[in-house]
Amino acid sequence: MNAPQAVAAPLSASAPGPLNAALSIEVGERAQRQTAVVAALAESLPPHALLWHREDTIPYECDGLTAYREQPLLVALPETEAQVAAVLRTCHRLNVPVVARGAGTGLSGGALPHRLGVTLSLAKFNKILKIDPLARTATVQCGVRNLAISEAAAPHGLYYAPDPSSQIACTIGGNVAENSGGVHCLKYGLTLHNVLKVRGCTVEGVAVEFGSEALDCAGLDLMTILVGSEGMLAVTLEVTVKLVPKPQLARCIMASFDDIRKAGNAVANVIAAGIIPAGLEMMDKPMTAAVEDFVHAGYDLGAEAILLCESDGTPEEVAEEIARMEAVLAESGATRLEVSADEAQRLKFWSGRKNAFPATGRMSPDYMCMDSTIPRHRLADILIAISAMEKKYGLRCANVFHAGDGNLHPLIMFDANDPDQLHRCELFGADILETSVEMGGTVSGEHGVGIEKLSAMCVQFAPAEREQMLALKRAFDPKELLNPGKVIPSLARCAEYGKMHVRRGLLPFADIPRF
Amino acid sequence: MTTPAHDPALQLLVDRVKSARAAGAQLCIRGGGSKDFYGEALQGELLDTRVLEGISSYEPTELVVTARCGTSLAELEAVLAEKGQCLPFEPPHFGEPAAPTRARGATIGGMVAAGLSGPSRAAVGSVRDFVLGATLLNGNGEVLSFGGQVMKNVAGYDVSRLLAGSLGTLGVILEVSLKVTPIAAATLTLRLEMDQATALDKLNTWAGQPLPLNASAWWDGNLIVRLRGALAAVQSARTLLGGDIVQPEFASPFWEGIRNHDDEFFVGARAAIGTGAALWRLSVPQTAPPLALSGELMLEWGGAQRWLCSAAPAALIRDAAAKVGGHATLFAAQNKSAGAFAPLRSPLDRIHRELKKSFDPSGLFNPGRLYPGL
Repeated sequence: MNAPQAVAAPLSASAPGPLNAALSIEVGERAQRQTAVVAALAESLPPHALLWHREDTIPYECDGLTAYREQPLLVALPETEAQVAAVLRTCHRLNVPVVARGAGTGLSGGALPHRLGVTLSLAKFNKILKIDPLARTATVQCGVRNLAISEAAAPHGLYYAPDPSSQIACTIGGNVAENSGGVHCLKYGLTLHNVLKVRGCTVEGVAVEFGSEALDCAGLDLMTILVGSEGMLAVTLEVTVKLVPKPQLARCIMASFDDIRKAGNAVANVIAAGIIPAGLEMMDKPMTAAVEDFVHAGYDLGAEAILLCESDGTPEEVAEEIARMEAVLAESGATRLEVSADEAQRLKFWSGRKNAFPATGRMSPDYMCMDSTIPRHRLADILIAISAMEKKYGLRCANVFHAGDGNLHPLIMFDANDPDQLHRCELFGADILETSVEMGGTVSGEHGVGIEKLSAMCVQFAPAEREQMLALKRAFDPKELLNPGKVIPSLARCAEYGKMHVRRGLLPFADIPRF
Repeated sequence: MTTPAHDPALQLLVDRVKSARAAGAQLCIRGGGSKDFYGEALQGELLDTRVLEGISSYEPTELVVTARCGTSLAELEAVLAEKGQCLPFEPPHFGEPAAPTRARGATIGGMVAAGLSGPSRAAVGSVRDFVLGATLLNGNGEVLSFGGQVMKNVAGYDVSRLLAGSLGTLGVILEVSLKVTPIAAATLTLRLEMDQATALDKLNTWAGQPLPLNASAWWDGNLIVRLRGALAAVQSARTLLGGDIVQPEFASPFWEGIRNHDDEFFVGARAAIGTGAALWRLSVPQTAPPLALSGELMLEWGGAQRWLCSAAPAALIRDAAAKVGGHATLFAAQNKSAGAFAPLRSPLDRIHRELKKSFDPSGLFNPGRLYPGL
């Protein structure tokens, strides 16, 4: 994506945080501050571990959400835990914000730099420390890639279950920050369910350990809030994950439907039959066309929706479950059913789904990926609503869903070089998120809030709920220096958003019942 | 969740919290009282959560149930069973031994607050893994909703799951949404004779293979394992594991007895507590070797949960658990002066204090139930 840099300016200016007032400081003052922080950090880091010249910091200006960019004050690339602790101690002393960063594949701007803060790149922490096949655990540094864990565990017949589509590149530290899911989480759980222990540092640079290699630990279960906290509570350096036995066999059914509603109902029917598929994914017609053009997997181009429904386990189990799934899908009105005959065909079925994003990238100069979740039985409703929004905003949208979880990934296509298209795209996205909340869902299923969905948080949470979350952050980070301005919007920001977005005569952040 | 304005029972709870805060009083949040023995001593004026009861919504095809805090756990499980679904983590009912489960009194709010899970925990996850959302009444008298009724949700901090095991110290859990799962097609229990070290080795080896191992218990030279899943998978695992089949009419009460602490081991432990011993719960890595501690021992969760009925000094037991990377809870005893839970180390102790303050600034709720001063 080639988003204009101008986008970043108004966004950052409205970002809350302790340095909000300071954001308007003159360029000269920023340079002074930069010199001071570089000098302070040079005491504990070697020269090559500090980047502050603009040409060196440009690679860090955004993450996977490229529409928003910002230059950090500087980038620190520590190589040891002691150096990380030193960076944090120094920044804490100087009241400098710290934004931790892994591979930068995040899709919500969680790693967007802070103009007056340090980007703490943890790329050097890329070692697999231990694979324990008997205990079925892997202890790895935060910068180890998700897929590398499964590759290292494979000789023992084990793997790490959460498999976000970016698993080839994304790091486990980032997965912990985002509570990443993937296509298999209905059956195997999210990152939270697969992490035992996290070692890291508090904002003050003090070593801290959450969880343990036992199944629980004394006191409050802080792992529940650390995972998914988007780098706002602590810095993760080492993660111990659970490994699970690799199923002997997996087979996938590809089912076509001539009607979106029938496909949506088929999803509910599979679950109602007492089946928890290993994966249950849905693509709409525009998405199917895009991926077929890209991977040539033999998708049914005439179908209004395609479901991929996977079973895994022992050969006997899979045979039993596939037969039940086929029966339910046929009864639900599938127009075509194909079961993968071997592993090569199964991977071919999945190739399109896994390549949905790059395939969309070929159809449009830019796209914005949304990530809301809705109750499963509203799948058809949201698809029909999105279809109406395409007309309203004059932009195309292709849809892939983690249907089993009700997690949507509408990909809104636009041209970022056209400011009006970008504006319409943002309104389109906001409309999807607000409609999802109205349907009883949430604004983010797995990509996180970051900077992108701050306004949507005003819709989902009442002021007292947001205030409670801000208070929770301050319990870990009293000075609010860890990734400030992300995840939880300030009151001021929500009031501003409310002025722009009055729907049906009601303020969007009015105290709506949510259960 | 309804709003206080539309719900007199909820309004009463909110008023109660606000007036307690104004009067500088403290509140003891309590449902059926089935877990009164757990944690530190109860303190404060009673706040009975059973005024807020009932299943708010249940949609089997969504695999989600939402219930208010005072809802009976037994009733909720019965409603789920009618639709072929369950809470797969088998939360304990405890309460009066030998009483029918409905009379034991366990509530949904208490289930989440205690955070305890039953025999299947190592295989399927714990109560916190199945919490999807919660509504909380905090120390400011505010009704707050976190999480939701969907499987995936990363909007903001996952406060709803933090409530699991919080023992009511962060606020009154008003309503929770839980993920439920289909009841498995087949269940089979096997009994094998072996010593503790062999049992630990077997359990860990089996857990690394794709077997439908759902629960395990070792006591006094006997290893009992439960297989649960698709019929074909259970049958093939049965051949691989060997041992004797325990008939369902014995197996089912056995696992219920382990879950609710009515089994012979726990009956014996209760008798021993009367004579000065204590029941310890050791949570350790599953691969931890047999621990050199005196007393009667039962293993669960593939070795990750070890019940020890012993008169040994608390420090000795806590050190042994800590040395292998775990912790020990003084689960039931006449004298809990050693502290119910393993002490927190820095900086976690500070984070706990600050978190408590952020939810309950006046220290209203269940003071000292988790840790003295918290």
